[in-house]
Amino acid sequence: MENKEIGILIVDDEASIRDSLVKWFRGDGFRVAAAGNAEAAMQLLVEQQWDIVLVDIKMPGMDGLELNRRIQEIDKDMIVIIITAFATVDSAIQAMKDGVFDYISKPIEPDDLNILIRNAVEKRRLTRENVQLRRKIDNLIASDYIVGDSPQMQRVLEKVAAVAQTDATVMIRGESGTGKELIARSIHSNSKRRYAPIITVNCGAFTETLLESELFGHEKGAFTGAQGSRKGKLRQADRGTIFFDEIGTISMKMQVDLLRVVESKQFTPLGSEKAVLVDFRIVSATNRDLEQAVSKGEFREDLYFRLNVFSILVPPLREREGDISILARHFLDHFAKSMSKPVHGISKEAMDMLNQYSWPGNVRELRNVIERSVVLCKNSEIGIGDLSFPFRFRSGQMTGDSIDDIEKAHIGRVLERTEWNISRASQILQIDRTTLYNKIKKYGLGNVT
Amino acid sequence: MNQRFLYIIPIEPFPDAALIGPLGRFLSAAFGDEIRVQHVLLDLRAAFNAERNQFNSSSILIELLRSGPPDAVRMLGVSDFDLFVPILTFLFGEAQFGGKAAVVSTRRLRDEFYGLNPNPQLLQERLMKESVHELGHVYGLLHCPVQRCVMNVSANVDEIDAKSVLFCRSCREELRCRRSAQP
Repeated sequence: MENKEIGILIVDDEASIRDSLVKWFRGDGFRVAAAGNAEAAMQLLVEQQWDIVLVDIKMPGMDGLELNRRIQEIDKDMIVIIITAFATVDSAIQAMKDGVFDYISKPIEPDDLNILIRNAVEKRRLTRENVQLRRKIDNLIASDYIVGDSPQMQRVLEKVAAVAQTDATVMIRGESGTGKELIARSIHSNSKRRYAPIITVNCGAFTETLLESELFGHEKGAFTGAQGSRKGKLRQADRGTIFFDEIGTISMKMQVDLLRVVESKQFTPLGSEKAVLVDFRIVSATNRDLEQAVSKGEFREDLYFRLNVFSILVPPLREREGDISILARHFLDHFAKSMSKPVHGISKEAMDMLNQYSWPGNVRELRNVIERSVVLCKNSEIGIGDLSFPFRFRSGQMTGDSIDDIEKAHIGRVLERTEWNISRASQILQIDRTTLYNKIKKYGLGNVT
Repeated sequence: MNQRFLYIIPIEPFPDAALIGPLGRFLSAAFGDEIRVQHVLLDLRAAFNAERNQFNSSSILIELLRSGPPDAVRMLGVSDFDLFVPILTFLFGEAQFGGKAAVVSTRRLRDEFYGLNPNPQLLQERLMKESVHELGHVYGLLHCPVQRCVMNVSANVDEIDAKSVLFCRSCREELRCRRSAQP
């Protein structure tokens, strides 16, 4: 923030004080104006945007303290500095109680005035930055919504809404790719902790030692290679949320350590003797059957109960009635926009194929398929030819008993096995390539390019 | 074509006449103006504040403008009086922003003011810096965030000593533009 973007208003009944301050601040490049009394100042405050107001305490009519109270009513973030020639302890106490930034006696040392204004500008800059960041966070939250109209997803969202505002520990269950992290983020962004960070720890990605250092942090020289100290994820999540992804993969030793942290919200970084107290909310996720892991003795029961206070099960995509089409269109819009491609829709045949697929990789897989199809698409609409994914039909809808059904399924299996190598598939099927192409077209099978 | 004269006006009694010559040469090099030194009789009674035992620099500027040489395009009053403006305890100098007159004081530039031994060379250097700084304001330059630039604001002698006597690149360019636009 440059000085010219900062507005300073001087309110003093003495013209010589006003003039010398105007001159002083103008030399620093600030936007400056002056008023001889509180009423004139109020007028300027209404007409223009100001950042810092220097107010003389003793003025005819409304005094400086009363003007400060009025200013705080208009803008509680405004920086008000009280100036006085007659400093008394009572007026200083009153000014501080009324939330003024500082209280100075005139004449002031040039050094002190410079430092005072530098601090005031810094505070104002931080306040503005804070407001802008909060606005940005709110915009990001608004754009990062969960897509899905199915009753199954609506139930999930109702649970998210119910638990977000509390500080309860949440366990999110569901198959890989169902969007567990998105649910965790949604809980965080709808909670009172949303302006603090959500820190993700992918428990499956670290060895036991690394995870320990990642979580708790370490001091310089705590172990070979620890050349500097490092703030752990738990500390980074202070006042926010910590999200343990793949919690089912952590070792027994880490389970003990984590249990201690969950219970006390306190931990000791590696190589340190000082315990650190942190305030975070825990959300964890797993695609593992934790109850079975508990019964087999692979997961501590006490930790399981600590983490599983409120449970949310995210359904697999194949069970989310009607969501495949909505998600496919959502991803299409997203990728078409980000790749600047004029692809506006998905053909009926292609959509039917998407709806029939079993989506073992869930939403993540659908997202990838749509991304690839937007890359490949040369028309305004994604067709069957643009879709490229392993050929697996949803079990139960896989085939009927007619010769055509059986032939379709068999050709599909061979194509999948040969990774869509048409020459090899036609050799295995003992038909020529043209016949195979015709059959692929007839049965509407996957990607032929 | 009118000659551009920058007048240096020693405000009497000024004890260090020897400072004026080198100051004039330096200002001529810094601003490209022709320098003239002229003693003028100023009436500073209104500028003196007996309670503070200081001179109001804004009042001195007014007097310089009233009594200064009529052919002065710009003028710099050099004084040994302790200067002030009502809101501040003291000033090293004051300028008419984008105007015609500036004033500097050697009083608080002297080491002896702070109980140290006199250092004439340091005094000369500080006077040059503050004179260029105030005349920079006369040319319309603002305070500069570059610490070494002569237009960086100084609230004490340590800060004056920390900066250079020269303009930074950006202030030099700004000065060049303003000089070509002004008389």
